[in-house]
Amino acid sequence: MNTATLFGVVAAALVALGLYGLIVHPQPLRKILAFNLLGGGMFLIFGVVARRGAAAGMGGDPVPQALVITGLVVAFSATALAVALVVRLFEETGRAILRSDVSTTEREVDGES
Amino acid sequence: MTLELVFDIGLAALVLTVATWTLLARETTAAVIGFVAYGLLLTLVWVRLAAVDVALTEAAIGSGMTGVLLLTAAARLRATEAVANAEQPGATLRVVAALLCVSVFAGLAGIVLLLPEPGPTLAPQAAANLGSTGLGNAVTAVLLSFRAIDTLLETVVLLLALLGVWSLAPDRVWGGRPGPQGNVQRDGVLVFLAQLLPPVGIVVAIHLFWVGADAPGGKFQAATILAAMWILAQQAGLTDAPPVDRRWLRLVLVAGPAAFLAVGFLGFAAAGAFLAYPAGYAKPLILFIEAALMPSIAATLALLVAGPPARTEPP
Repeated sequence: MNTATLFGVVAAALVALGLYGLIVHPQPLRKILAFNLLGGGMFLIFGVVARRGAAAGMGGDPVPQALVITGLVVAFSATALAVALVVRLFEETGRAILRSDVSTTEREVDGES
Repeated sequence: MTLELVFDIGLAALVLTVATWTLLARETTAAVIGFVAYGLLLTLVWVRLAAVDVALTEAAIGSGMTGVLLLTAAARLRATEAVANAEQPGATLRVVAALLCVSVFAGLAGIVLLLPEPGPTLAPQAAANLGSTGLGNAVTAVLLSFRAIDTLLETVVLLLALLGVWSLAPDRVWGGRPGPQGNVQRDGVLVFLAQLLPPVGIVVAIHLFWVGADAPGGKFQAATILAAMWILAQQAGLTDAPPVDRRWLRLVLVAGPAAFLAVGFLGFAAAGAFLAYPAGYAKPLILFIEAALMPSIAATLALLVAGPPARTEPP
């Protein structure tokens, strides 16, 4: 087993771990964290494919590597938006859970008209 | 077994352990710290996979910026943890989720083990066309020449995410400054660091930006360091986040993508296609785009971490 294959299997395990956390963890923030864990594994699979494509004096195929760099920045943007949504949910309702059948306290929408 | 393989197996075990711990940790703050460690370990994995550019980005954005963002949010939401933790899912859901995840693992691991040998690659094409860009770093060439459209759209995604975050502000604080005010403690360690580090950080960022043409580095990593320096100064109370309705701020945010887009349209006239660079001018144009993007990306990243506007100026 070489380096690329080893980390490929690790990446598969990270995706599975992240998915598990995403499903079972009740806190939205922990779900976001788990989703980033999952994303890390997914990016690593790209890295493994890139490494296996080492040729022409390059340590890896630069195309998947560049895609991962783009992906990391996009993942950060999505995380920032998701976190802002959770914080706003907390500010509005005083709690941060996703269950839909929770009876939310009636509140006026922030006093603006 | 070679020494390298021993190192790799140890690293793999460490990554999996930290990832599992991140999921199991009771407190969110602890989990986020675990996630930052996970990101730094992934950085080592990226180096082992000969992807130093990605390693730099993972350390800066994947681990650092995301870590700061999640730590701030975890501190904010600490009061809700007890209630949310009481909502543990039932055993059935856990078993179904575990089965699903095991099958996802089996599927992905199978794909990885059955990948074609030798792996398909675009490296020879990238190497053959590297000369036309005048760059020495193939990853930068892919990001800003061969697949420049991806990078253009990505900078737009960053702006859209910021618009999304800002639009979550309640109307009464719209146009105000984001986040809580940094606490000013004139003799604190944070203030000392916030005075000491930015000059170093700015030089390192400009270095990373400049060498990115020929060596690992580039505008994303450089912009992240600049953003980190700005966030540090804000948190130490040395400077305040700008009110989001300032025209100069909007200009800084839009200037990079706008310059990129302008060069893209210039390609129609000068080289016959969108984002095509005229022969011989590729490198100066790429450096121009990168220089224009760097402040915009740095400001966008820092403001994404700062969050939606939260307080208005005292009248």
